Amino acid sequence: MRTLLKLTWVEIKLFVREPITMVFTFALPIIFLFVMGGVFGNTPDPSVYRGVGAIDYYVPAYFGLVICAIGVVALPVHLTGYRERGVLRRLRASSISIWALLGSQLLVSFIIAVLGSILVTVLAIAVYGVDLAQSPGLLALAFVIATLSFSAVGFLLGAVLPSTRAAQGIGLILFFVMLILGGAGPPPEVLTGAMQIIGDITPLRWVILVLQDPWLGFGWAGQASLIVVGILLAATALSARFFRWE
Amino acid sequence: MPPIITVQNLRKTYGPTVAVDDISFEVAEGEIFGLLGPNGAGKTTTVECLQALRQPDSGEIRVLGLDPRRQARELRKLIGSQLQESALPDRIRVWEALDLFASVTPRALDWRMLLEQWGLAAKRRSSFSSLSGGQRQRLFIALALVNNPKVVFLDEMTTGLDPAARRVAWDLIRAIRDNGTTVVLVTHFMDEAEKLCDRVAVVDKGKIIAADAPQGLIVQHAGEVRVIFTTDVADIAWLEAVPRVDRVERKGLMVEVRGSGPVIAYVAAALVGHGIIPGDLRVEQPTLEDVFLKLTGHSAGD
Ligand SMILES: Nc1ncnc2c1ncn2[C@@H]1O[C@H](COP(=O)(O)OP(=O)(O)OP(=O)(O)O)[C@@H](O)[C@H]1O
Ligand SMILES: [Mg+2]
Repeated sequence: MRTLLKLTWVEIKLFVREPITMVFTFALPIIFLFVMGGVFGNTPDPSVYRGVGAIDYYVPAYFGLVICAIGVVALPVHLTGYRERGVLRRLRASSISIWALLGSQLLVSFIIAVLGSILVTVLAIAVYGVDLAQSPGLLALAFVIATLSFSAVGFLLGAVLPSTRAAQGIGLILFFVMLILGGAGPPPEVLTGAMQIIGDITPLRWVILVLQDPWLGFGWAGQASLIVVGILLAATALSARFFRWE
Repeated sequence: MPPIITVQNLRKTYGPTVAVDDISFEVAEGEIFGLLGPNGAGKTTTVECLQALRQPDSGEIRVLGLDPRRQARELRKLIGSQLQESALPDRIRVWEALDLFASVTPRALDWRMLLEQWGLAAKRRSSFSSLSGGQRQRLFIALALVNNPKVVFLDEMTTGLDPAARRVAWDLIRAIRDNGTTVVLVTHFMDEAEKLCDRVAVVDKGKIIAADAPQGLIVQHAGEVRVIFTTDVADIAWLEAVPRVDRVERKGLMVEVRGSGPVIAYVAAALVGHGIIPGDLRVEQPTLEDVFLKLTGHSAGD
């Protein structure tokens, strides 16, 4: 327990000292918020953005983007780097268990996701005066399963990808495909059929729905939440199967 | 006293490569035990099997009464590891690493003291990536000791350390041994093995080819003493008849007499008896390096 907390604190500091992941998790969502907000404003249009204003749509979507950046960029690069350089071996030799390691990564992901989302919210309120979550309790639950799910995807990528370079390449491709087609870029309604299909098979699409519904007061996204939990279970099982210390 | 480590018929292969063929040895409590051998001999593989970091193909291992295969977690808490190859996150600070590794056990030592001892106090707040090679090495040794282990494995501990730091490291390792910790040391430095180890095993091609105290190995495998001096006296053939002398060679003015045991005393007496008083009479005792070369057939490091 003491090790878990110490490791978590060290990992938070390491995360903050790493400029690349800071850009992806904190800077990019904010840049997108201002670009999209500046272009589309916040006047509702029944044909796009699920019928709500663009900024109301994007704020919870960018919570999802922060979580997605942690899961597909930060975590896989971090874990493959640890394995490649022998850090995992070093930790294991000092009897730092896999549970402390994964538990700390999960806590860090959660803390960073919360901080990133608070930042998005604060800026959106300050600049655009958006409303806060309609159902805060459900939003918190959505946030937890979304973070768990993307963290599990991150562990899986970290377990199966052979090198840091592979993790960087594949992580960035996944990130940008999800960003553009998964609902955090152009409104899903304007995507062509093929793009929508690709968007539908990205986890971010469902994570965004799970986060948006409580934020916008649409209730709970039942189907989407089942998919997100399914991804969580599948990715957890697969990463347990493929995890290697070296 | 029962041994603290026993290894019986250890074997480990990587595909077609036989890294450890058949290794058996015991280490007593409070001993500094050295593994010496050429590159690729299987030393790292052996000690990593003992530390539950690799799974042997066959053989029996007990460390502190535990089987590394089945009781890896309990074992790792009781041992300290300095691995030949490993790293820390680039941006972790020296004190953070020590503080983290100390948190795994309530028995841990005060890491501030280790920082002082291993000359890292000034680097306390430096990131791992900014440390020099020798500083990293010292940090890894400190990390191996911070959990106050009962047995510590040091794989090429002093590689990259400057001569002064090596001496300090030896003194500190002796002090740790004197406090009751058993030390298993893999090394390429003959002087280190000779000065530091209570017993040494020479490993070659996955097997132990000799094991004894360093002096015992020297006496047994490289007993030859060389007595060297220069003289302009031409006829020295009579030296062959001096007790303990095996061979006499002459290279210009220099004479090299090979023999065993107290040959120096007999040669010196005989020289004086013949009216030869060389000003440069010296004796070269065999070293562990001679043993190593003789046993493995090649010099250390190739
Ligand atoms: N992970 C591995 N995969 C495949 N072969 C390996 C692996 N580790 C070691 N070997 C092989 O096993 C043999 C023994 O290696 P080991 O690292 O135990 O030698 P060593 O005695 O520690 O050598 P050195 O003095 O160079 O450190 C070598 O031939 C090496 O190539
Ligand atoms: Mg080695």
